[in-house]
Amino acid sequence: MQPFTRLDAQIAPLPLANIDTDQIIPKQFLKTVEREGLAKGLFYDLRFDGEGRERPEFVLNRPEYKGAGVLVAGDNFGCGSSREHAPWALMDFGIRCVISTSFADIFNNNCFQNGLLPVVLKPDEVRQLMEEAKGGNHLVTVDLESQTVVSPSGAKFHFEIDPRRKAKMLNGLDAIGETLQAADAIDVYEMKRALAQPWLEDA
Amino acid sequence: MRPMPGKTLYDKIWDAHVVAQDGQDGQDGEAILYIDLHLIHEVTSPQAFAGLRANHRKVRRPDRTLAVADHNIPTEGQGLGVGAVADEEARTQLQMLEANVADAGIKFFPMGDVRNGIVHVVGPEQGRTQPGMTIVCGDSHTSTHGAFGALAHGIGTSEVEHVLATQTLRQTKSRNMRVTIDGAPAPGVGAKDFALAVIGAIGTAGGTGYVIEYAGEAVRALSMEGRMTLCNLTIEGGARAGLVAPDETTYEYLKGRPAAPKGGAWEMALAYWKSFFSDPDAVFDREIRIDAADIAPLVTWGTSPEDVIPVTAGVPSPEAYENPDKRASAERSLDYMGLEAGQPIASAKIDVVFIGSCTNSRIEDLRVAAKIAAKALEAGRKVAPGVRAMVVPGSGLVKAQAEAEGLDEVFRAAGFDWREPGCSMCLAMNPDKLNPGERCASTSNRNFEGRQGRAGRTHLMSPAMAAAAAIAGRIADVRDFL
Repeated sequence: MQPFTRLDAQIAPLPLANIDTDQIIPKQFLKTVEREGLAKGLFYDLRFDGEGRERPEFVLNRPEYKGAGVLVAGDNFGCGSSREHAPWALMDFGIRCVISTSFADIFNNNCFQNGLLPVVLKPDEVRQLMEEAKGGNHLVTVDLESQTVVSPSGAKFHFEIDPRRKAKMLNGLDAIGETLQAADAIDVYEMKRALAQPWLEDA
Repeated sequence: MRPMPGKTLYDKIWDAHVVAQDGQDGQDGEAILYIDLHLIHEVTSPQAFAGLRANHRKVRRPDRTLAVADHNIPTEGQGLGVGAVADEEARTQLQMLEANVADAGIKFFPMGDVRNGIVHVVGPEQGRTQPGMTIVCGDSHTSTHGAFGALAHGIGTSEVEHVLATQTLRQTKSRNMRVTIDGAPAPGVGAKDFALAVIGAIGTAGGTGYVIEYAGEAVRALSMEGRMTLCNLTIEGGARAGLVAPDETTYEYLKGRPAAPKGGAWEMALAYWKSFFSDPDAVFDREIRIDAADIAPLVTWGTSPEDVIPVTAGVPSPEAYENPDKRASAERSLDYMGLEAGQPIASAKIDVVFIGSCTNSRIEDLRVAAKIAAKALEAGRKVAPGVRAMVVPGSGLVKAQAEAEGLDEVFRAAGFDWREPGCSMCLAMNPDKLNPGERCASTSNRNFEGRQGRAGRTHLMSPAMAAAAAIAGRIADVRDFL
């Protein structure tokens, strides 16, 4: 997993609620067996029309937002399908942080597996960022160590994050390696379970 | 000393599966939770197996893992085998799954096997899904299995890899919500309407951070199929898992299934399963009460499952939303759906009917839809001209059962297309999809933009309502067809 420490990047506004993972990466891009190369499918139906031509009005197609590293979006971002292709596609496109008032649970978990930082701010803070992101200067700083977002105008917003998740994100730690350190505890649990629920052992 | 408050069903399943816990007080941080059953399919597993190989890791418990091919398989010609799947990328995924499960020694029902089908139909049908279990799958509708009183939820591919390698998952505990549905529903109203009513009441983010337990006499009265529909749609309300405490209906369903315990083990299992219920003094962080008698047959008008209205209502106006993002989303939805504020939803003409998906493709769903079709046939009516109506059973075994009951004959005679099992047009990864602009009466679970095909328009509803829509050629009130 890529570590996330501090990011100075352009922020692009997506002022819609309930942006689901089908919109983030439509199904035709899920037939891959790779994690890489999914940027081409990101927000596909928002970025391109039925003939595959770019929709010039869509925020990520506008020249002033090319290379944006942060998205600010409406409530309940990432709802719907559990597809991890959603954070893979965002990361492959260059997005390292999404800011919203709330995230769907599975998407939120998937972000933390990949070094994509989901930041939850208060509704008025998200509204302010959204407005500023629409303006001429839209450079923000997201600092995980101090848990702050600095808006283009210099307003500073604090965000909460689980301390263990923060530590893993800062260091880019592999969850499987960490869990395997508890392999003995897993062995013991399995032995006890085999005695208490023997019918699960010969399914 | 104050007595300890009672535990919820969710608390009990959680406690029974904690292998290790971060933090001292047992509340903070992540727990390592043991996983009793891991279901996998072709779309969200290839990168997980690749990750295992890259790190020289093995599948820890292939015996607690079950694989099916469901998301991208065609719903005709399955007997020809994977080699005949026309879509090259889909074929590659299916072949990779076959190779991965063979290599790891994982039980697999390949495409064309009568036991194959949608993962959330197959698990319960085989008796693999049991009360008190933890169950995960790289698919958000894993919440379905909560109908058996199992803690079941969707995970991402990195977590699939984690479970394959460790048979555990790192989890933070959710909060408890209880949805109590009392009373008796009116004729024509069922589990799908209950679920849509709950989502309409709490919104698509209302359950975020919660596990929902469904209780009340109307839930108790549901069959296992109905409970699965209800739990299946829990994720559309934002909660990852839904639960119904196991009871006689659960045990009756399980008894005799291939993977259900037999003989003395059955009695032992039964005693264990009966310990899974919420204590009377358990405290829920949030409580919702709904009277089943107040629920009308429901249908969605927009592009979020919370956009729910009674079939007798008009399409709402975006002006009704105070939140500017939601108002913008509603305006976008109306435009996308080709509807106007105020228009009666029952006036919307449809092009396609889809009866299927992990939400509504079980035998009971097909019986209800076939009954509407049979009644129409008696009255000399069929699927309306110009409407393409398809029925996709959830598994090969559901298909065989329906055929044994003659349901396929009824559907065919009424003008429905009778297909082979799979996820099909619910997410349109296979050749079954909507054309741009087509309007579909669908028994599936998501009405998102493009979900059933680019620029396709989805209205979610029950199997009975979908069958009625097929006959009417527009969205229709099933109560006129009973």
